[in-house]
Amino acid sequence: MNDFALIGPILAAMFAAATPLLFAALGELVVEKSGVLNLGVEGMMLVGAVCGFAVAVQTGSATTGFLVAALAGAATASLFAVLTLFLLANQVATGLALTLFGVGLSALIGQGFVGIPLEGLPKLYVPGLTDLPVVGQALFGQDVMVYLAVAAVPLVHLFLYRTRAGLVLRAVGENHTAAHALGYKVLRIRFLAVLFGGAMAGLGGAFLSMDYTPMWAENMTSGRGWIALALVVFATWKPVRAMLGAWLFGGVTILQLHVQGLGIDVPSQLLSMLPYLATVLVLVLISRDVARIRLNAPACLGKLFHPDA
Amino acid sequence: MSFIRLEPRGQASKTMVYVTPLLAVALTLLSGFILFLAMGFDPLKALYSFFVAPVTSVRGVGELVVKATPLVLCAVGLAIGFRANVWNIGAEGQLTLGAITGGGLALAFYGEGGWWLLPLMVIGGAIGGAVWAAVPAFLRLRFNASEILTSLMLNYVALLLLNYLVHGPFRDPDGFAFPESRLFEADATLPVLWAGTRVHLGALFALLAVAGGWLLIARTFIGFQIKVIGLTPAAAGYAGFDQKRIVWLTLLLSGALAGIAGMGEVAGPIGQVTAGISPGYGYTAIIVAFLGRLHPVGILLAALLMALSFIGGEAAQIAMGLPKAITGVFQGMLLFFLLASDVLIRYRVRFGARRAAA
Repeated sequence: MNDFALIGPILAAMFAAATPLLFAALGELVVEKSGVLNLGVEGMMLVGAVCGFAVAVQTGSATTGFLVAALAGAATASLFAVLTLFLLANQVATGLALTLFGVGLSALIGQGFVGIPLEGLPKLYVPGLTDLPVVGQALFGQDVMVYLAVAAVPLVHLFLYRTRAGLVLRAVGENHTAAHALGYKVLRIRFLAVLFGGAMAGLGGAFLSMDYTPMWAENMTSGRGWIALALVVFATWKPVRAMLGAWLFGGVTILQLHVQGLGIDVPSQLLSMLPYLATVLVLVLISRDVARIRLNAPACLGKLFHPDA
Repeated sequence: MSFIRLEPRGQASKTMVYVTPLLAVALTLLSGFILFLAMGFDPLKALYSFFVAPVTSVRGVGELVVKATPLVLCAVGLAIGFRANVWNIGAEGQLTLGAITGGGLALAFYGEGGWWLLPLMVIGGAIGGAVWAAVPAFLRLRFNASEILTSLMLNYVALLLLNYLVHGPFRDPDGFAFPESRLFEADATLPVLWAGTRVHLGALFALLAVAGGWLLIARTFIGFQIKVIGLTPAAAGYAGFDQKRIVWLTLLLSGALAGIAGMGEVAGPIGQVTAGISPGYGYTAIIVAFLGRLHPVGILLAALLMALSFIGGEAAQIAMGLPKAITGVFQGMLLFFLLASDVLIRYRVRFGARRAAA
């Protein structure tokens, strides 16, 4: 009997758990569409998480916190951008460096903020609608960041496929030599894309620390940045599919928390493996179709570009 | 046009290959100086207590070797893979698996061991790490899945598995429910090589890995194939090199070495299986591999430097109350500066506007 009553809260929690993944994955999707592979998502999320949290604690303003988190994420990403775009460093190595650096830096910044509680964002309440059985809370009882993440999906889609700037960005990702020959500023466009990716990762991280948990702990993203990277592949670089993927992973995360509540006796550590194993599984399922990946992946993904060469 | 330009060199600079790591270290120290100043510490004193004080005693030098041991073992394997564009970033998980299988053998034969137990544990650790690395190899070759993401995901899975084991099957039956195993018996513990320190037999394994890695890279046909695949995969294809075999080989090898490193930690300085066996050796080994120029001898030097950042972080924490997290910041900065200055290997920096082409 109880099981049915649980579905509402589980569904609501699923959308919340999906939100940080959705922010980070949408950002990285735009970055990769411009032909850049930034493996530093985890590091940028952590820096965003700690900066947003610290500012929110000190100013008492969640809006300022999220703004600073986006700026901090973009600032971290700019390190990656300078190294890979202007100093022609290997993107894989630099992305790894960004994550290692972000883990350390966020722990350093955050050491005075461990254990401080923060009030999460207020939840929407629409009389009647929020009280609907099963879907009420999930659809009409979330906070503003959850809705923002979902709203970003059509925006990113429209930008990429319905605007001139989006077309240019995709052209740069598909063939940077041709785009350069046509007079487009390849490096400038990629720089802006990387900054956007950083800002989105920062927001995703800040959602975790300021709203979802809400508190700061070292390494609190626990691999979500990497899962977001996998989601971009899973989505075959399409925003709407990235959203479905994020919901799927939100569901797996929540499922893992509720399995024990349903009276199934499995050690908690083994259940905690589920999101990571699920990531491997979906990567395998999507990647095995080589033709499909080749058709959808930006052709210049991960390749360096030097205008004089 | 732009004031500063990069001009491609006709040939990669041999000098810069050796200069840029030193440049990166210098820039890291400079940034450390500024960072300590900004945090309100006496920067010279902080740098001294971080990078010098820890190695002013015999025990300190010994600790340096102890920390460098797993870094060398992991990084040599990773570097061979990186040379062939096989991006195994799962050394942390492979190390953890080696600790689980190697340590599991020590616990399985608790009280009934003999001279054969340690060799068995080394083999067990190597197999554990290799099996963990075989998963991304299989998934890349069979399903085209990125080994970067799969090997990384398995790090989290391995850590959770270790955590489960020390809370469950591996837990010391007389240990008052602490999440740790029994202390290993003498026949399951690596002998100390240097009295007065904790330097153990694993250090010898690390040196063997350096020598073996160098032989493989510089003196075998497989090493040549790895080099060609890394530089121009297409040429390797025309030459008929079996790229699948190289992916298998590099991943299994790096997994086995990382597994031995993990086994060496539990059978060496730790002496039991606990939930925290590595402060991130597997991740730091990535930095070590790059800093060492993907060359075994360079890796040996880079590992000692990175080991210093670990013990320096601990020492500075005790001496000056500096946060331990600063170790990670230093390590990250060092890799950043190295990658940034590496541009000097293939490009010259030119100042002034570009002359108009004739």
